[in-house]
Amino acid sequence: MLQIHCPYCRTERPESEFRYGGEAHISRPVEPAAVSDAEWADFLYMRSNPKGIHAERWRHIHGCGRFFNSVRHTVSDRILATYKPDEPRPDPKALSRGDR
Amino acid sequence: MRFSLLSLARNALSGNKRWPAQWRAPEPKAEYDAIIVGGGGHGLGTAYYLAREHGLRNVAVVEKGWLGGGNTGRNTTIIRSNYLWEESEAIYELSVKLWETLSDELNYNVMYSPRGVMMLAHTVHDIQVFKRHVHANRLAGIDNEWLSAEEAQAFCPPLNISPTLRYPVLGAALQRRGGTARHDAVAWGYARGASALGVDIIENCEVTAIRRSASGAVEAVETTRGVIKTKKVGVVAAGHTSVLMGMAGVRMPLESYPLQALVSEPIKPVMPCVVMSNTVHAYISQSDKGELVIGAGTDAYTSYSQTGGLHVSAHTLDAICDLFPTFRRLRMLRNWGGIVDVTPDRSPIIGLTPVPGLFVNCGWGTGGFKATPGSAYVFAATVARGVPHPIAAPFALERFTTGRLIDEAAAAAVAH
Ligand SMILES: Cc1cc2nc3c(=O)[nH]c(=O)nc-3n(C[C@H](O)[C@H](O)[C@H](O)COP(=O)(O)OP(=O)(O)OC[C@H]3O[C@@H](n4cnc5c(N)ncnc54)[C@H](O)[C@@H]3O)c2cc1C
Ligand SMILES: [Zn+2]
Repeated sequence: MLQIHCPYCRTERPESEFRYGGEAHISRPVEPAAVSDAEWADFLYMRSNPKGIHAERWRHIHGCGRFFNSVRHTVSDRILATYKPDEPRPDPKALSRGDR
Repeated sequence: MRFSLLSLARNALSGNKRWPAQWRAPEPKAEYDAIIVGGGGHGLGTAYYLAREHGLRNVAVVEKGWLGGGNTGRNTTIIRSNYLWEESEAIYELSVKLWETLSDELNYNVMYSPRGVMMLAHTVHDIQVFKRHVHANRLAGIDNEWLSAEEAQAFCPPLNISPTLRYPVLGAALQRRGGTARHDAVAWGYARGASALGVDIIENCEVTAIRRSASGAVEAVETTRGVIKTKKVGVVAAGHTSVLMGMAGVRMPLESYPLQALVSEPIKPVMPCVVMSNTVHAYISQSDKGELVIGAGTDAYTSYSQTGGLHVSAHTLDAICDLFPTFRRLRMLRNWGGIVDVTPDRSPIIGLTPVPGLFVNCGWGTGGFKATPGSAYVFAATVARGVPHPIAAPFALERFTTGRLIDEAAAAAVAH
């Protein structure tokens, strides 16, 4: 079970307090009617699904209830950082050092 | 070499020490007409049907580890075809038909055992969904029948149907032709059959890049055993599909999750059939060695860790102990995980890709073992002819752009 640091509650809590929210930094097209079917499919369905550094959303459902982002390595499952949605995505290179 | 009563007797006399290798282990050639990436059941089966059905024999299967070391050798081997949509019924039923004769066809015992797959209903919603499946399946000529809780227990005596359970058994859908097969034997049988027809099976060979010509078409794969030229690549890499397709610049509607299974210590026969419950998340059957084979759920988050959290398998054991109180004192021998590639509609992706010469067969997620023969059969036709086999056609990657999804996820609430 992952131990996840909630950036709002500022404590590390077990994964069972959280709900996974999928890949982070995917924004809905501002004008859905204006985008092509391919662009819409990309937004709805295509995912980067990397073997390595992954930015993803979590929600602290059994805590503060808020959404936040985390950067996790998908082979070691180690969480390298968690941050609020309005904060910039941490530089993956700086985080990945020493982690495979 | 053919297996027969005589060959078994002769090798028994020599202490089973003189069996020959069942497939060749060649060095990769400089070029092949087609390369299949991934030596699981689907990839090996594809190569077999390419050679047998389409006369394409200058073919290689490249596998980064050992044959069947991916999900093929890690799954709980449930086979059934009682899916909701016609497109799914067609491919899963083709598979069941092929399972029925596969051991004879390959001269290799894949131990297909149609012992019946029973899916438990625990809620009113389950009952409605399962009855809808029963009716849809019957219209398609696929066997599936509704059982009361008492009938379910008569079919599977260790099942607890007490109304005091947290999720009482309210009935079940039974597909009698469903069952299990021996996972390793499926990989080995296809490998042996393909190798005998001239296919090169190359283990310990990881594809690290897919080279494309100026026109964008596939021209070679780079591997840990050198560059191999080819104009056709079929990616059949389950949980690693996004990684491989990324090498050719193609984004996929896939997410990879760890899915777990466990086996108990071996005991005398107690489970006559396969029982699955999507609602409480428990899948159970008994292997011929006597171990109870138990399937658990996926982790909540994408991962390539090939393990999975302990709380996920503990949750399944909770459900098993409720449904089968007599199993409570059993000890678990092993647990493990495999990385499954899950699509948004829980149906596979089979067919062409935006890259000329690049084909993909993936997205089987948590439930593709049952489809191994049918998937391989239609994918081989697709790769050989360059146009989708009619049964594969609805499963094209374009469905995510056209919106013609085959929504088994909504049909079943979970995939399996
Ligand atoms: C725990 C568990 C239980 C399951 N239970 C069931 C069940 O009861 N019934 C059912 O129908 N299905 C079940 N499944 C799903 C089923 O196992 C899969 O859908 C199916 O086996 C996929 O077969 P495959 O040949 O496509 O993939 P795999 O057997 O995973 O083969 C893919 C191969 O590609 C190789 N590969 C990956 N990357 C590279 C590379 N770069 N270069 C070369 N090779 C590469 C891998 O090493 C692997 O051997 C289960 C899965 C799991 C994990
Ligand atoms: Zn919080």
